[in-house]
Amino acid sequence: MIHPPVTASRVSRRGLLGGAAAISAALLTGCGPGDDPAAISAGQPRRGGRLRAAFAGGGVNETLDPHQANLFNEASRAKAMFDKLADYGPDVSIQPRLAERWEPSSDLTRWRITLRPATFHDGKPVRAADVLYSYTRITDPKKAFRAKASLELLDLPNSRAVDGRTLELALKRPFAEFPNALAAFGAYIVPEGADSFERPVGSGPFTFDSWQPGRSLLLKRYDGYWEGAAHLDELEYLISNEESARVNALLAGQVDYAHDITPTTARTHADSGRMTVTRMPNSTMQSFAMKVDRPPFDNRDLREAMFLLTDRQQLVDTVLAGSGQVGNDLFGKGYQYYADDIAQRTRDLDRARFLIDKAGAKGLRITLDTAAVASGFVEAASVFAEQAKQAGLVIETAMGNKDTYWKDILNSGVLASYRSGAMPIETHISQRLLANSTTNATRWARPEFDALYAKAISSADEATRRQAYGDMQRTLHAEGGFLIWGFADFLVATAPGVGGVSTNAPANTLDWARFDRVWLG
Amino acid sequence: MSLPRYAAGRLLLGLGQVAGITTIVFVLTEALPGDAAVVIAGDHPDPARIAAIRAQLDLDRPAWQRYLDWLTDLIRGDLGVSLISQRPIVDRLADSAGTTLLLAAVTLLVLVPLAIALGMLAARREGGRLDRAVSAVSVALYAVPEFALAILLIAVFGVRLGWLPPTAFGADLLTQPSVLVLPLLVLLTRPICTISRLTRAGMLDALHGEYVRHARRLGITGIRLWLRHALPGALAPVVQQLARTTDWLLGGVIVVEAVFVIPGLGTALVDAVSTRDIPTVQALCVLVAVTTVVVNLAADLVAFRLAPRIGAVR
Repeated sequence: MIHPPVTASRVSRRGLLGGAAAISAALLTGCGPGDDPAAISAGQPRRGGRLRAAFAGGGVNETLDPHQANLFNEASRAKAMFDKLADYGPDVSIQPRLAERWEPSSDLTRWRITLRPATFHDGKPVRAADVLYSYTRITDPKKAFRAKASLELLDLPNSRAVDGRTLELALKRPFAEFPNALAAFGAYIVPEGADSFERPVGSGPFTFDSWQPGRSLLLKRYDGYWEGAAHLDELEYLISNEESARVNALLAGQVDYAHDITPTTARTHADSGRMTVTRMPNSTMQSFAMKVDRPPFDNRDLREAMFLLTDRQQLVDTVLAGSGQVGNDLFGKGYQYYADDIAQRTRDLDRARFLIDKAGAKGLRITLDTAAVASGFVEAASVFAEQAKQAGLVIETAMGNKDTYWKDILNSGVLASYRSGAMPIETHISQRLLANSTTNATRWARPEFDALYAKAISSADEATRRQAYGDMQRTLHAEGGFLIWGFADFLVATAPGVGGVSTNAPANTLDWARFDRVWLG
Repeated sequence: MSLPRYAAGRLLLGLGQVAGITTIVFVLTEALPGDAAVVIAGDHPDPARIAAIRAQLDLDRPAWQRYLDWLTDLIRGDLGVSLISQRPIVDRLADSAGTTLLLAAVTLLVLVPLAIALGMLAARREGGRLDRAVSAVSVALYAVPEFALAILLIAVFGVRLGWLPPTAFGADLLTQPSVLVLPLLVLLTRPICTISRLTRAGMLDALHGEYVRHARRLGITGIRLWLRHALPGALAPVVQQLARTTDWLLGGVIVVEAVFVIPGLGTALVDAVSTRDIPTVQALCVLVAVTTVVVNLAADLVAFRLAPRIGAVR
């Protein structure tokens, strides 16, 4: 996710009413100078109340099936009503959830998992059989659930429930990072037999109350939640794909929480005292993907020149309006196994020009594919084209179709705008950087790199794994195809008085868009 | 031509129009790059997954077969199942249709008396101060695009002054009518201009017309002359324009729905197109096409009744 395809395409609809926030902002300046930002602190946790949260959504044909969750609001609702066996912590390392612990066999092909005592909303315990049923449903060959690819290495016929709270999962091949699969996007545990989710029953902190597709979903606190009951009595999800509408509703007190706001909105209202903006750092990797298997980027010197000609700080300051950090051409800043010992790359125009000359690429015209599929894509492309011009390259941007963009850039073109939400570095590598990866947008395929990956995931020793991930990242930093210039913060806005919103959870991790720790002051 | 025969002919023509529209829409949607499977896969376009989604949604069958199946179902009165929710489309669209209908009805209820009254007032003294004022204001308002007006109204009355709710987030439109005020203002602006201008022109025409002069000669004057004799003739073109406005309202005014968070048919259509949910797009088009045909038919019949002598029925 932040893969949310539908959300992604909606984002650009902001363009339609792009001026809205600006006008509201202009009218708001000069109001409330007496408001002290410190005065809006939310104080101590308080029990009770209904929190109204505004999200973008999928319209009347949305679904509550947690295995089909795709958009931000679907992900948030799934985690409110369901649990996974494990989930991502703030550094995208794996945290046990419904699973209390796991132990692999010495050859890493059998994993014994112990469930914690937990109950579904109908009072029935969460059992090993429910886990087996959920994973069987997700991996159904006739279906196309999102977590299927992550769980495909499960050998379910050879897996079994040992007792009510213990199960043994068999894998088709050794995999040291199997807990990553337990935390995969959409790998939620549903009660055995559940197939219709018009009135979902899960084990999460909130129970289903009522639902109007495309408008509102009302949930109530589940007092029997294993991690302790939520502060809120009720949680209501409301849908609007217009960011300006979410923000206006927040300013007018119609909602208490607005998900996914733009850096411009954040900056405009930061000191107004009418909303609190929470920034979740390292949420979205921002990059350009160079295809390394074809000219011109099959030339390593040219790739290095591209790394060196990029003014990362300028991109962060302009495209992200400062709401982010510079990248070092590596995925997963701040995440577990991130190679932060590699020095930060900075702009070196002289060396870039030298390398461009060496590659015989002076004055070369390169097409950069982009689309209004994610906020900032088109802006980043034009800023970057300007930077490349100073080094003697002519970057021409080509606007693609936003609905099919991701598929279009997978195989065609040479250079494309790219981004990614949070996921473990291992998952990023296996999905995008191996010879057999299915979404390899840079066409990176190196036998020695694949061998390092194989070494990492077949070792039970964490130090060995860390070493292998470090080596892979050094190669990518030197000559990979991803020019990763920044990491955008994920921004949410809350009404004064709302407390408990996590400040360090990248988008897609457990504490992001999570409401059982949130309260109304 | 008698009224029933005329109506039957129009109905048949309408059926043909609906069939034609759905075919064109199907072909156009098919011609869009990408299908629901590609859109669902999003930025994780794993080819195996796209193929699986395609198979699961039956998208791997030829387009003409899917169209024929859809048409067969439609003739049986079944609008089909959404590709995205896998639920019957009728269930999911009922709320959206209700919202759009409510908004359209309230708008018309305010619009018709107000616009006609304004038009008649302006016609009372052609070129007079009131006439010029009404003309100037309506032309100026007509020139403001809906989204600009909407944003301005929200910024001023919703956010800055806080007098009215800026959106209809989670509100029940019937029990919290205050959320309807700003959307109504936006929806009314342009139609009020056109309808009042048409009424004014129609009234002036009628007042100079032969039959009104005849009525005057018979000694009919004042309000009775205006309402009983001039107005019906003046209203024929107004009714046609009202039909267009009604049509526009019933199709779901996307901009207004989006800015004010009123999830009606316009929002549903935008969502369906962007997810390539072809059955839902088709169902909405049938709905909109049927509405258009019915509304225009009704308008023609009304116009026919209002002023048979000037041949409103073409």
